[in-house]
Amino acid sequence: MKPERILTPQELFLKKQRKKKLQIRAARVFLLIAFLALWEISAALGWIDSFIFSSPSRVVETFWTMCLGQQLLVHIGITLAETLISFFLVILFGIGFAVLLWLCPRFSAVMEPYLVVLNSLPKSAMAPLLIVWLGANMRTIVVAGMSVAIFGSIISLYSGFQEVDPDAVKLIYTLGGKKKDTLFKVILPSSVPFLLSTFKVNIGLCLVGVVIGEFIGARSGLGYLIIYGSQVFQLNMVIMCILVLCIIATLLYVAVSVLEKQYLKRH
Amino acid sequence: MEPLLELKNISLSYHTMEGETPALTDINFSIGEGEFVALVGPSGCGKSTILNLISGLLQPEQGEILIKGEPLSHSLVNIGYMLQRDHLFEWRTVFSNILLGLEIQHGVTREKKEKAEEMMRTYGLEDFKNARPSQLSGGMRQRAALIRTLVLEPALVLLDEPFSALDYQTRLLVSDDIGKIIRREGKTALLVTHDISEAISMADRVLVLTKRPAHIQAELPLTFAMEDRTPMACRNAPEFKTYFNQIWKELNQNET
Repeated sequence: MKPERILTPQELFLKKQRKKKLQIRAARVFLLIAFLALWEISAALGWIDSFIFSSPSRVVETFWTMCLGQQLLVHIGITLAETLISFFLVILFGIGFAVLLWLCPRFSAVMEPYLVVLNSLPKSAMAPLLIVWLGANMRTIVVAGMSVAIFGSIISLYSGFQEVDPDAVKLIYTLGGKKKDTLFKVILPSSVPFLLSTFKVNIGLCLVGVVIGEFIGARSGLGYLIIYGSQVFQLNMVIMCILVLCIIATLLYVAVSVLEKQYLKRH
Repeated sequence: MEPLLELKNISLSYHTMEGETPALTDINFSIGEGEFVALVGPSGCGKSTILNLISGLLQPEQGEILIKGEPLSHSLVNIGYMLQRDHLFEWRTVFSNILLGLEIQHGVTREKKEKAEEMMRTYGLEDFKNARPSQLSGGMRQRAALIRTLVLEPALVLLDEPFSALDYQTRLLVSDDIGKIIRREGKTALLVTHDISEAISMADRVLVLTKRPAHIQAELPLTFAMEDRTPMACRNAPEFKTYFNQIWKELNQNET
């Protein structure tokens, strides 16, 4: 038997921390498995009506058959594309408008109450109007996606710009700079970490908006599939779509966080 | 000889909804070429306001500021300004931080770059050219900030309590360091501080300001009987105590 070495306090601390982390991770996995198992068992034993509540095996089966028919992949692709397009447009317009507000404080003072109202307005209320105005096409869905994220982005980006240390701005002026120099040399570069964390939230919001849009005015996409499935009582399909949305939302979030981590590591 | 900088009857008030706060009343002083002047006064007396006026960030309500006999707004002379904190940007390397002012003034040329490199070499920053500011010590950061100011070849350097963010020990070392560099480069400088000993150790002349609304209470030329004057050596000079007491008395005269 190997003689047991006495651990130093530091090693003990690390061991304890690692154990804690492992326990948390194990509990998470267990929770997921337990949930799926309970769901499957209660459907199999007839505790719940599997026609309404479906079951993991039925969801997987539906997923598989719809994948083979390739229609599911097309729907996923469309939802994903619409989400990414509206996300990039939100970045573009969000930064653009926030810069405009920053450049012109009087304009921002005028706009402030409108932005607050537009931001707190439930955007789903706007979706039927958008369909009428813009037609039942992809453009409408993209606008619906943007509408959920854009106002919040503008407000938080603008307040981020305002939080930049006024002394750092003063430095630019003392070096002979103008407002343009403050924007490009201080405000924008110092806001990058903040921009990234704002967008981490917004990519999920774009997905929400896109699905709302698809509910009402689309012939394709996961939102359409959910509505279609519920109308023909194909609840396996509905639940499967919701789970796919869960996965997409997670992946998008992770993608932006990876970008964020990469950036923070380099700087 | 014509002074480099002249302030004539400068007055300024701050305006808020609550009312008017007079900050400066009838400030008059001038600084000669190559002189190092310190402004001391109680906190919040408007010392920094004077620097903001000289650098053109603020306009006086009354009076005028002349640089080499010309009104400030017509002058093409560069005025360097060192703030309380160095504000080196973390997303730039040390070298590109030093070039920031040149970049803004569209003056990045090969010669200027070489000059910046040479100054980095002279002042011990050459190994940190491509480092990030966070890798520098507090003293090195202030030195880098000073070089950033000096590569613009300012005729006048304004120092707004540039050491107040440092701990006491670093503060002594850095003020010694910065004082030496400014003398070595033969720059004219105006230092604002509330630290009497810092003022005495660095300046040729001390101006004492009163509480708000500030005006100049006293002017005190400092002479030290030593060959090679450095801030650190001044602190140990026999004259130091006398000057300290004199300034202390002036500052407290309007206290009671």
